Amino acid sequence: MNGILAAAGVLTDLAETGRTSTGEEVLFWFLAPVMVLAALGLVFARRAVYAAMSIVVVMVSLAVLYVAQEAPFLGIVQVIVYTGAVMMLFLFVLMLVGVDSADSFTDALAGQRWIAALLGIGLGAVLIAVVLTARGMQPVGLAADNAETNPVGVARIIFGDYVFTLEVVGILLVTAAVGAIVLTHRQRLVRRVGQKERADARVAGGGSLTPLPAPGVYARSNAMNVAALGADGRPLEQSVSRVLRVRGQERSVAEVHAQIGDVPATTPAITGEEQVQ
Amino acid sequence: MNLTNYLVLASLLFTIGALTVLVRRNAIIVFMGVELMLNAANLVFVTFARIHGDLTGQVVAFFVMVVAAAEVVVGLAIIVAIYRTRRSASVDDVNLLRS
Repeated sequence: MNGILAAAGVLTDLAETGRTSTGEEVLFWFLAPVMVLAALGLVFARRAVYAAMSIVVVMVSLAVLYVAQEAPFLGIVQVIVYTGAVMMLFLFVLMLVGVDSADSFTDALAGQRWIAALLGIGLGAVLIAVVLTARGMQPVGLAADNAETNPVGVARIIFGDYVFTLEVVGILLVTAAVGAIVLTHRQRLVRRVGQKERADARVAGGGSLTPLPAPGVYARSNAMNVAALGADGRPLEQSVSRVLRVRGQERSVAEVHAQIGDVPATTPAITGEEQVQ
Repeated sequence: MNLTNYLVLASLLFTIGALTVLVRRNAIIVFMGVELMLNAANLVFVTFARIHGDLTGQVVAFFVMVVAAAEVVVGLAIIVAIYRTRRSASVDDVNLLRS
């Protein structure tokens, strides 16, 4: 089977031909434009959340490319560490800082954007020129190193040659965690206001402890804007919503009474007429 | 396909990341540009590990990821701390050192 595929040029040995398999080529040419477009989204996206989402696309595609490049361990780590932890952290901070805080596009320095674009193109040209000098290298491939599966091969090097680096990196991670806690810690300057303190303050304030009376209900009027009548027949000012009072949308009981007057005498609405007066 | 294509892709991603750092004003997006540059460097490490047939490149990429995670934690904590005192996440507003 493999022989047939190899003859068809689908499966080719990297070490023999120096070229990748056709499947990998198709994968690369599918993912590479997607990645570059998503990365450009970072430069041009107006909202920070869109930028974060396009970076997630780039990072997941990179994980797929790692797996294709004989590095399945790094592919999994990329998904877990980058898209799983780092980008979630970014999104959390975006929520904290405010999603709708749109980026200002006014330049602090005159023409800074054009200079930056020029520098970017220059940097890209230099990097690609340097990288293209590796064109003539004959790729060896990792078939021998990955003989015992890739994670085992990587683990042998990490816990062999680089065990000291690993421990230093562990210390670095602990330091970073402690640093983050210290940086975001806030000292409480005033006493915490809990339920008990709020209740005490309300009693001490001397205002009404019960809920305010509801607005009046009348057959011919939207009750929200007319004051209810108290036991003594007088309208209760505070029964109408404060917002309506401030806006001046409140209606007096006398106004409503004028409309109620049209109703035939048999309806119960009239029975309260004397009281309204 | 020659493996150099991966290196060119990584160069493009690195350039876009650097451009983001230069152009954008929002500190969080600038940070994402730094992350993009680190990722591009990782892709180069993985590709060269394959070219040379040596897993050490992958190990270095792994360490880069760990250091990037630590860097993100501290960086975002600094952004949150600045946002709390200044109510802004724009890099232009942090200009205390200006004369």
